[in-house]
Amino acid sequence: MSFPGPRRFSYRVSQALWVAACLAPALMLFTIVVAYPIAGAMAYSLFRWDGIVRGGFVGLVNFQRLLTQYPYSVRMLTAFWHNVWTFALTMVIQNGLGLLFAMLLAGRTWGAKIYRAIFFMPVTLSLVIVGFLWQLFLNPVWGIVNKSLALIGLGGLARPWLGDVHTALIAITLVNAWRWVGFPTIVFLAGIQAIPDEYLEAARLDGAGPGPIFRRVILPLLAPQVNIIVILTFIGAFNWFELPYVMQGVTGEPNHATDVLGLLFYRSAFGAVDTGNPDVGIGSSIAVIMFTLILVVSSLGAIYLRRREVEL
Amino acid sequence: MGRRVVTMLLIAVFTVGLWPGAVTGQAKIAMTFWSWRGEDKAFYESMIKKFEAQNPGTSIEFQTYKPTEYNTVLSAAMQAGKGPDIVHLRAYGALQPFARPEFLVPLEDKVPELKMFARQWLDGARSRADGKVYGVPFAVQTLVIFYNKKLFKTAGVTPPKTWNQFLAVLKTLKDKGVTPLANGGKEGWTLEVAMGVLGPNFYGGSNFYEAVTRGQTTFKSPQFTAALAKMEEIRPYMPQGFMGVAYTDMQQLFINEQAAMFIGGIWELGYFKSQNASLDIGVMPGPVARDGDTPWVSSYDDGNYGVNAKSPNQALALKFIRFTGSREWGQAFTDQLKQISAVPGVEIHDPQLQVVQTWMRHATPYIMLVGFRWKNPTGSELIQNDLQGLFSGKMTPQQVGEDLTKGLATWFEPFRGQ
Repeated sequence: MSFPGPRRFSYRVSQALWVAACLAPALMLFTIVVAYPIAGAMAYSLFRWDGIVRGGFVGLVNFQRLLTQYPYSVRMLTAFWHNVWTFALTMVIQNGLGLLFAMLLAGRTWGAKIYRAIFFMPVTLSLVIVGFLWQLFLNPVWGIVNKSLALIGLGGLARPWLGDVHTALIAITLVNAWRWVGFPTIVFLAGIQAIPDEYLEAARLDGAGPGPIFRRVILPLLAPQVNIIVILTFIGAFNWFELPYVMQGVTGEPNHATDVLGLLFYRSAFGAVDTGNPDVGIGSSIAVIMFTLILVVSSLGAIYLRRREVEL
Repeated sequence: MGRRVVTMLLIAVFTVGLWPGAVTGQAKIAMTFWSWRGEDKAFYESMIKKFEAQNPGTSIEFQTYKPTEYNTVLSAAMQAGKGPDIVHLRAYGALQPFARPEFLVPLEDKVPELKMFARQWLDGARSRADGKVYGVPFAVQTLVIFYNKKLFKTAGVTPPKTWNQFLAVLKTLKDKGVTPLANGGKEGWTLEVAMGVLGPNFYGGSNFYEAVTRGQTTFKSPQFTAALAKMEEIRPYMPQGFMGVAYTDMQQLFINEQAAMFIGGIWELGYFKSQNASLDIGVMPGPVARDGDTPWVSSYDDGNYGVNAKSPNQALALKFIRFTGSREWGQAFTDQLKQISAVPGVEIHDPQLQVVQTWMRHATPYIMLVGFRWKNPTGSELIQNDLQGLFSGKMTPQQVGEDLTKGLATWFEPFRGQ
């Protein structure tokens, strides 16, 4: 591209223009599909809504209702803690198993490729199918989980996993982990395989066993992968919607035992056939809070983790 | 073909050909009819054919959406000033976002057929804001208990009339190794339906309904909590792990004759019969407290047909809406869909529906849907989750009553400070 005419741009200006021209398409796309809807939702949250019809400007009244008025205040807190709990459990179980699988797959040569494919397979399944399958498996009347427990003499442990207020959230978090575990496995595996053999060999020559090698050599060098998985798990846990929706319905049944912020947002904004009416103002307020929370925490988290990464 | 017919045809062809005005004057008016009732498509298309035959040059396209997405799709279209000419609408609270003159045509002075409709069903099509009727009610639903006649006979029990007989029947069935009730608690709305069947005979049906909707009493009243306590008594007779038993599981249990009773809505009848032709189904109302009492049956308007205020073919759409309020429509609806039409004077031929219709002389509004679904949190949302709390042993009947009253107090003035 050249700029004909009597006056030519200085090098700096023309470089800036180049950068702007290259960024423009992406920026435009970002503005249209990301920034505009977010700004829209933020604006919606500042109005009074009568069902689907927008009323006057009310400032922060929707937020005030959401955080102080029963039952919204209680539902918000319940849902928030369920998101936190999901994050913690997913970190420990899904990502812990992912790391374990990655170590096993990296160490062994025979059959590793097949196992890698098997571990990754559920990731490729549609979430709706996963939810449906596990609903069948966990069904208290004819599901195989309770039938298998009875078969090995543990019939006393059988329960309505998805209908019991004490087990429902754990059950769907585990289903979620089953579906996703292949993803951290692959990421960790790639990280482990990228570690130069010389490091491990040097450690072995220094007399380090498998334990210290894992803790002192592999884990520090895996920091970039761990960080990205932590951030993604956090975003996933706080945006969680599909699986609870498919398996437990829009109110997070039973008795709000599996209610999460995503469900609360959806049913507030759009209503539900058999339960509630839409209230776009409240729904948008929840969306704004979720967005802010995820943005702030994941940015801070990323900065902190990146700094630690450098130190390691 | 007779000679006269040929002549007539020729005349017709020539007239149309020679008179261009006839062609443009007879231009087709294409209308759309949106609905969430995909399963009733055959019925609607046959009725549309009839209308098209009586109104040459008209064509109506019946377009269906997923039930769970319907309201969202419709509200997006209506807000944009678009949407169909003829609209399938839900009733009561779920109708309210649409029940405004900028979205729908008020029908009372445009559809004379509505004058014959029972007031209690018209209330399901009425706007809370301006009191106008925005739809023609299409079906009336009633909540009942279905039972398997064969399983009853084998166990040597007869349909119970009173609560004590009901419990005795449940116990006998269980002792004989039959799962007495198909009902589960995984989906809260099925528990709300069960409460709608078993509750009114204990909280006092319409008398309590009137009092509570006027704010003269609350859900904390001993009458209501006593009804909730009665609900707890059926817990031992529900399937194993009933809190994990979802709606489709319930249907399967009853259809495959693995459970003797199903507490549900009369709309199940057609489905049950279509799934298992050899299933011998009996229907009974919720058991009463004392021998000789007349049972209350919870009933409501299922939904309505309306006309889009922005429709360019309003006159024709209104003509179609008048057709939906006619006896002919109602009769076909009841005969083909095995549901009770809201059109007055329709004759019911199905023996089970016939008896249900007689109980409806003592109908009481399905309490949360008719009375407390106007704003959030709705009574239904609250009671569905509270009943799950009750059935999992997490809440007592008193706590349920308190939570209902407290939740509704956020928008129902008379409950404030109660």
